[in-house]
Amino acid sequence: MARAHVTTTINGDVVDFLCEADQTLLSALRDELRMTGTKEGCGTGDCGACSVTIDGRLVCSCLVLAVEVEGKAIDTIEGMADGENLHPLQKKFLEHAALQCGICTPGILIAARSLLERNPDPSETEIRYWLAGNLCRCTGYHKIVEAVLDAAREMRS
Amino acid sequence: MSTTVKYVERDLKVVGTRPLRPDGVDKVTGRARYGADYNLPGQLVGLVLRSPHAHARIKSIDVTAAEKLPGVKAVVTRDDFPDMPVEYAAAGELTINFRDVTRNMMAREKVLYDGHPVAAVAATSESIARKALKLMKVEYEVLGHVIDVRDAMKADAPVLHEDQFTVGVEPKPTKPSNVAKRLVFGCGDIEAGFKKADLVIEREFNTKPVHQGYIEPQACLANYTEDGQVELWTASQGHFTLRAQCAKVLAIEVSKIRVIPTELGGGFGGKNNIYNEPLAIALSRKSNRPVKMVMTRGEVFRATGPTSGAQVKVKMGCTKDGRIVAGEAELNYQAGAFAGSSVPMASMCTFTRYDLENVRVVGHDITVNRPKVAAYRAPGAPIAVFAVETIIDEMAEKLGLDPIDMRLKNAAKEGTQTYYGPKLGAIGYIDTLKKAKEHPHLTAPLGPNQGRGIATGFWFNIGNETSTTLNVNEDGTVTLMIGTIDVAGGSRAAFAQMVAEELGIPYDKVRPVVGDTSALGFNFVTAGSRGTFATGMAAVICARQAIDKLRERAAAAWKVPVDGVIWENGFAKPASSNVGDFEPMSIAQIAKTAGRTGGTIAGHAEINAQGAGPGFGTHIVDVEVDRQTGAVKILRYTVIQDTGKAIHPAYVEGQFQGGAVQGIGWALNEEYIYNKDGRLENPGFLDYRVPVASDVPMIDTVIVEVPNPNHPYGVRGIGEVPIIPPMAAIANAIYDAVGIRMQEQPMSPPKILKALETAAKH
Amino acid sequence: MARIVLASNLNPFAGGTTELTLEVDDVYRLFQALAARFPALEPHLEHEVAVAIDGEIYQDVLFQPIGPDSEVILIQKIAGG
Repeated sequence: MARAHVTTTINGDVVDFLCEADQTLLSALRDELRMTGTKEGCGTGDCGACSVTIDGRLVCSCLVLAVEVEGKAIDTIEGMADGENLHPLQKKFLEHAALQCGICTPGILIAARSLLERNPDPSETEIRYWLAGNLCRCTGYHKIVEAVLDAAREMRS
Repeated sequence: MSTTVKYVERDLKVVGTRPLRPDGVDKVTGRARYGADYNLPGQLVGLVLRSPHAHARIKSIDVTAAEKLPGVKAVVTRDDFPDMPVEYAAAGELTINFRDVTRNMMAREKVLYDGHPVAAVAATSESIARKALKLMKVEYEVLGHVIDVRDAMKADAPVLHEDQFTVGVEPKPTKPSNVAKRLVFGCGDIEAGFKKADLVIEREFNTKPVHQGYIEPQACLANYTEDGQVELWTASQGHFTLRAQCAKVLAIEVSKIRVIPTELGGGFGGKNNIYNEPLAIALSRKSNRPVKMVMTRGEVFRATGPTSGAQVKVKMGCTKDGRIVAGEAELNYQAGAFAGSSVPMASMCTFTRYDLENVRVVGHDITVNRPKVAAYRAPGAPIAVFAVETIIDEMAEKLGLDPIDMRLKNAAKEGTQTYYGPKLGAIGYIDTLKKAKEHPHLTAPLGPNQGRGIATGFWFNIGNETSTTLNVNEDGTVTLMIGTIDVAGGSRAAFAQMVAEELGIPYDKVRPVVGDTSALGFNFVTAGSRGTFATGMAAVICARQAIDKLRERAAAAWKVPVDGVIWENGFAKPASSNVGDFEPMSIAQIAKTAGRTGGTIAGHAEINAQGAGPGFGTHIVDVEVDRQTGAVKILRYTVIQDTGKAIHPAYVEGQFQGGAVQGIGWALNEEYIYNKDGRLENPGFLDYRVPVASDVPMIDTVIVEVPNPNHPYGVRGIGEVPIIPPMAAIANAIYDAVGIRMQEQPMSPPKILKALETAAKH
Repeated sequence: MARIVLASNLNPFAGGTTELTLEVDDVYRLFQALAARFPALEPHLEHEVAVAIDGEIYQDVLFQPIGPDSEVILIQKIAGG
């Protein structure tokens, strides 16, 4: 079967790739483009480890077909820092020890950034519900929530 | 000989602070590479054909059609692996038996659970590999199966292993049984103990298996070369034991296998053993191409170790004043398809928190048609403790005693004789109970349908075989090569802190790196909460060796005896003015010329660390029960635990919080659900529901520090204990809220509703 | 002679023996002596047994010295997750 040619923008750069018709965006990122920062935890949209944004909308990339992103703008964890300057969320995750094994961290950071773009001053409860689609098995979420609250505070000031 | 470096109290500069973890930036930028993130040119995709049956004899396997499919480069089945005799080895939770290991990675005579591997294929693409699986023909003779541990013990139950006779009963049985082993632990006279009791309570508890639920599915990449060398990238808790297991089941010499540990995306005990690794190596050997194998989440649930489900019967007696005079338990633990559950350790943990004269614990290790269990954080302990801590709560209530006072009255302390053998050393159990008593959480007001529960936990902790190397680089910075895995908790940071403290240099001058199997001597798996204890001890030994060499070089430069040189804050200094008036030499100055003054300054430790300090914890939880839906909401949670010494307090808190939330999931939601055909019905995160952020509140933590005398910084293991008390604490809180005693896990809405209805009828 | 105590879980493999004295100076020789006396115990010694010598637990430490007046308790080996 002929592979589809897709042109898209990833983290601001125009990118081309070939993919199978049934290949997911997650697989295209990881297996075709070797952008392995986006993780697969379940492949069924339940864990959020593969979170990316498409045209600013938060999605599980395991539930999106790669051919669907033609002409769209995708943002992944690899584009979150600005050069050597980490995003405030990245910095706060380090400072608050909000990661352990780190496999869920890229997805949670992408989801948290998406939250703060919509709601710069979220409550603890709002953060907990927004991140309810991102499983973390190590931290118990406490330090993640603290880090997001602190990052929001810093980004507002 | 064993190695123990004793604790010495001193002023600390780096240990006890909260620096950023060395692996942190890689993990927040997506750079950190886990098992599935490695790729090699020309690699193939490996997939596994799994049994759809819970129990069946394999009559034939025909893979010829699959092998002929264009793009398929290799297929392996049982015929590609040598059979193994009974031979035991240590691996994480329990002793493994290679006869079983080889049968678990690839079924031989029978399939023993839904998901049991039957064949594996390597192909140029995933879609071709999937097609190849569909072309394989396996003829099964389906056998009767048994899923429930209570059914498996019945005389007429289908037997998994015709050659399994219960060990530990006299006379030796003549009939095969699903009960692989019977163990009895105890002390005193149990009957006499119960005679002294004013109050006796006897209850039965039943729990379901729960999965470790690491977010990273098992993943590996194997590269077998034409000269018989193997490179294996894999995410595990112990690359040396994995190497040993692969060498054994593939009959390859250990030196020919190099295992490169990748970043680990969670393990919690579930990544101590081989699954796909030997299959990937065998496929690579057959295809002459690198082979990558990544499990799906469904495969993780169906075929990798959950922890045991169990039936636990406990009977306890106490006097009117709350002194426990007898404790008796029967623990019937699922081992899964092959013998070897956590029941021995669970048996030893059941009552160990209390100073009891009369104890009897009988444990049964039982095979059932489920995946072979693996270790999960304090293996087995949460289940037995669920029972005991619930009964103590009931006793305290019936006697009108405060539940913490009741525990204090019976609490184990230094010198307490355990019923499994040794006496306890310096421990902090009473300290955690007293801290709980003082905690504001205990007196906070509660509303309607809200309740508060407490429970406690104990874990032994271990040390064992550990190899570590420290090199002082030519600019005076330090590279520390460790051989245990940073299983998530931030142990690399803790080791760098201890080395920086010893050498008197800044934390960021020490770079800890996890070495591969060719870089270091053997290291046992990173389990049993041994990492920070054992590798920490080894790292301190390395640093002290390096200091001795640094002092020698300074002494040679100054032409004074080495005794005349001390090491202080990163500098060699004359011990006194009598030695002479010399300008102190920094580590960087000495390192710069090291190559010309005798060679690299390094330290090595190849040790068998002993003297791990037992850990104890007390948890307090508030819940609210929704009488309409049966849902239990966690309102507030406090973890109090003795750490010995918190090297990095933030990461200690992280262990407390993470362990407690895993325990909350175990208590309220998580369970394996099998249908009548013995097939797993919920192999995904949608139906197997681990806690999400909105399920839990902030988890308060209180770090108690009673130093372990057998570690230079007083470290105890901390990772296991936090998962032990939640189930019991939550059950006790539910009782406090709505007056029902839950004896079944998970305490999910349907079960709570049923219990509420039953209670309303009485 | 060191005093050797078998924790209750090991009794079935030692014909019900709970305690004995042996002339042994390290764990290796202790295991040899026990294997000779209780053949049913032998398969368990290497991988399932740890020892507590005068209160300190040792796992996989064959040459750990045992003093003439030591108390040695044989216990189930411990691991974890």
